[in-house]
Amino acid sequence: MTLPAAPVRLGGVFGASVALADPMEPVVHLRGAVTLLGRFPALAGIDLDVTAGEIVLLRGPNGAGKTTLLRLCAGLLPITRGQARVLGQDLGDRRSARNVRRRVGYLGHAAGLYDDLTVADNVRFWGRALGAPSCDLEDAMAACGLSGRLGDMRVATLSAGQRRRASLACLLVRRPEVWLLDEPHAGLDHEGRDLLDGLIEQAVSDGATVILSSHELDRAESLAHRTVHIAGGTTDAGEGRTPTVEVSALVP
Amino acid sequence: MFRDAALMAGKDLRVELRSKVTLQQVAPFAVLMLILFGVALDPDRGVLTRASSGLFWVAVLFCALLAIQRAFTIEAVDGGRDALRLSGLDPAGIFLGKAAAIGVQLIGLEVVLALGVVVMYGAEVTGWPLLVATCAAATVGLAAAGTLYGVLAAGLRVRETLLPILLLPVLAPVLIGATKAFEAALGGASADGWPWCGLLVIFGLLYVAAGTLAFGPLLEES
Repeated sequence: MTLPAAPVRLGGVFGASVALADPMEPVVHLRGAVTLLGRFPALAGIDLDVTAGEIVLLRGPNGAGKTTLLRLCAGLLPITRGQARVLGQDLGDRRSARNVRRRVGYLGHAAGLYDDLTVADNVRFWGRALGAPSCDLEDAMAACGLSGRLGDMRVATLSAGQRRRASLACLLVRRPEVWLLDEPHAGLDHEGRDLLDGLIEQAVSDGATVILSSHELDRAESLAHRTVHIAGGTTDAGEGRTPTVEVSALVP
Repeated sequence: MFRDAALMAGKDLRVELRSKVTLQQVAPFAVLMLILFGVALDPDRGVLTRASSGLFWVAVLFCALLAIQRAFTIEAVDGGRDALRLSGLDPAGIFLGKAAAIGVQLIGLEVVLALGVVVMYGAEVTGWPLLVATCAAATVGLAAAGTLYGVLAAGLRVRETLLPILLLPVLAPVLIGATKAFEAALGGASADGWPWCGLLVIFGLLYVAAGTLAFGPLLEES
């Protein structure tokens, strides 16, 4: 499904707005979605609907499938079986998945930064990749507290928290419609976590949709509109439950 | 595509300028190779002068391997490959940009090596146009094939050892053609070298075309 010439835009002051052909359609729509990592079904038939402007917290033990779910929604992992639509695009189609990537912002465990470049160089590169104007680059860095001296520092010399802020600035400058945040609070100090939460709330007020996983449960639950429990690669399995789908039935 | 290529090449070259790996490690390695060839073959320059073309291109080949490894290591260390896939950059543009950055580094290294073979091996340039054209054509081929095989090996844990095994046989035509053309440019008859230079141009164009088409799927699968 392709977007119409003039999609309905919801908000977009800060640059994070959802554009959908049908404003009633969920931004993320998964039905029986299965994703294999090798022969292991990291997602074993997951159902999930996320509507525009929602903040959804993914909660579950290590290995539950939270990261895989976020990577699937980012178009980084293929769907083996079931249905997966993000921003109205069918992730089963490679071309559509590539279109989705341009419109989402994924903050994973890895920072995705070049150590030998400065923070400003990194933000500029990832921003220009999507054609962001230079004022957006400055705004993104300022919003993440990276203006001035920090912006001119090489990434290799930054602390873990500062690297996280730099990654966040790279995400901001993309003006994503959907924020996919995997343990976004990790490595940040108290001030950094407050800053991140503020940015998430601002993005959502601008019309963006946010899905995050976090082990900072108190903070994340107060931020989220809804919590989805994941275990064993499904949204309805009990904790510690192993995948209910036979691997042999999934492997082509 | 070309805007993305320029952005990618600019980024890769900026990384190299800041890290100085090519200047401080690869270039000294290239000079060291010339010195070792000299020590191993013939201190009185007789054999060295005759073999200077082949030794030059063997040295370029090894330097190219280092430059290619480096170009993909910087993408692998911190989730850079996922970031590239999410970047919205045209894969063909990424390919052309990375190949261009590798090519620029190789040109710099070839200048250093050329000075080395003239000074240390006593080689004499008699066909400057052929020499320059050969360097340009061979560099395009090395950079394009190297970038294509570099992304192929990038996702593998054994990429450091696998890349030379995959790439060196593919680059054999470049080594042969460039050596023959260089022999003609260094004291031989230039007319004998131009057909070999033409072969290098064809090789380069083939790999630029193949890389432009195949880089995207390979980036997805790596």
